[in-house]
Amino acid sequence: MKKKILIVDDDMDYLFQMRTKVEQMGFETITAESQAEAEKVILEIKPDLCILDLMMESDDSGFILSYKIKRKYPDVPVIIATAVTAETGMTFDVHADENTQWINADLFLDKGIRSDQLQREIKKLLKL
Amino acid sequence: MATFKILIIDDEPGIREGTKRILQNFKVDYPFMDEQIDFQVLEAGTGKSGIEIIDREMPEILLLDNKLPDIQGIEVLEYVKNKHYDIIVVMITSYASLELAVKATRDGAYDFIPKPFTPQEIRASVENITKQIFLKRMTQTLNNTGKQIRFQFLSVLSHELKAPLNAIDGYLKMIKDRQFGNTVDAYEEMLDRSMERIKGMRTLILDLLDLTKIETGKATQKLETVNLRKIIQMAVDTVRPYAIQKDVDLYINTRENIEMKADAGEIEIIMNNLISNAVKYNRNGGRVDIFLEKAEELIKITVSDTGIGLKEEDKEKIFNDFVRIKSSQTREVTGSGLGLSIVKKIVDMYHGTIEVQSEPDKGTTFIITLVEPAA
Repeated sequence: MKKKILIVDDDMDYLFQMRTKVEQMGFETITAESQAEAEKVILEIKPDLCILDLMMESDDSGFILSYKIKRKYPDVPVIIATAVTAETGMTFDVHADENTQWINADLFLDKGIRSDQLQREIKKLLKL
Repeated sequence: MATFKILIIDDEPGIREGTKRILQNFKVDYPFMDEQIDFQVLEAGTGKSGIEIIDREMPEILLLDNKLPDIQGIEVLEYVKNKHYDIIVVMITSYASLELAVKATRDGAYDFIPKPFTPQEIRASVENITKQIFLKRMTQTLNNTGKQIRFQFLSVLSHELKAPLNAIDGYLKMIKDRQFGNTVDAYEEMLDRSMERIKGMRTLILDLLDLTKIETGKATQKLETVNLRKIIQMAVDTVRPYAIQKDVDLYINTRENIEMKADAGEIEIIMNNLISNAVKYNRNGGRVDIFLEKAEELIKITVSDTGIGLKEEDKEKIFNDFVRIKSSQTREVTGSGLGLSIVKKIVDMYHGTIEVQSEPDKGTTFIITLVEPAA
């Protein structure tokens, strides 16, 4: 059975492009355009992996969503895709000790990531 | 022209030579930059000789391979970090070694370029970094000259400018790769979306120009007697084609020619923004009413629509920079998120007030008062 990937982004174009990429890798996708919409989705469906935008309704929507997903489905890997690093110089590191406490994501990726790199990361997280 | 120094530390002469070639005629410019920036490429084959060059030349950017014959790239990175050097470091490495990437990120590496890389990848990374350095320096200069801190604004701005570029870039790549076959029809919607994003960018740029005009402030303000009704009429005429598409009727409910001492350009910005918003966020078949009153030196302008309205909690936010209210009703509407913040800034210049009354699904009314400047 195809693995289900939930993609959340408030930029409808980015969402479409990401969905297309991920479907071409052979996965099934579910999409949501906001944190609120995604929260509704996860009530009904358990995805196999999530790819979340960081800044949506609020600057930290991705973090909050990730937290909620992990609380409901601790075993579902979460990727946060962001363009923040390049723009603000802010860096996040999921593995840094002070961050693991509250950032629940498994991986941060830059939004400009190449398809092949993305596929590799997804497969790694899905243990394929 | 300014020149940034880039140091490449890599033990393979071929990579050093290639990078040099890729960057020697490369120039970066940016909407805010008065000048272009070009690059001087320095090179080192070992970590230790690299550190010597860093101490001596203080490059702006360091392209760093991790596998070096003497010390590791990561140790060079640590050196830069410990010395608190203001150098942006890019690791050139195989993406596969995630552990290294994590460690390097923690030590302040800014970016990664996977090996083997294309000239475009190097250029794109260098371009991003150059803009980053430029913004940072500009912020420092602004701070030093006692001006307002603009970094927040500029970083959001760069996000707003990049998002549409990324979207269009993504679509163009899909089209170029013929991902949905060879007929143009299959790409119709992507082309439409690309054009929509370009339109959004154009709006943003126009709004930025308005903002620049205001921020230079009183110096360029040209006070003259302006006919407010005429300016409203012009704004209505400008938005009319769009209003017809949406079947929105516009009514100017004031016959007399009310005049005030003001800068015509500034009043135009206010009217264009309020009236185009009243159409944009209206329902199909809705209406817009504009009222104009003058009592002594107080001018009151009211723009009322029958549109989607605002939630209570959104009413305060809308005057901030780059705020756009996101909902299923606004997702098709383009805007920079700057319009009302610009309006507010102008109203403040006229010691005026702006008030918003609104009810979801009923409509929104903006009431502006302006105080005519003393002659």
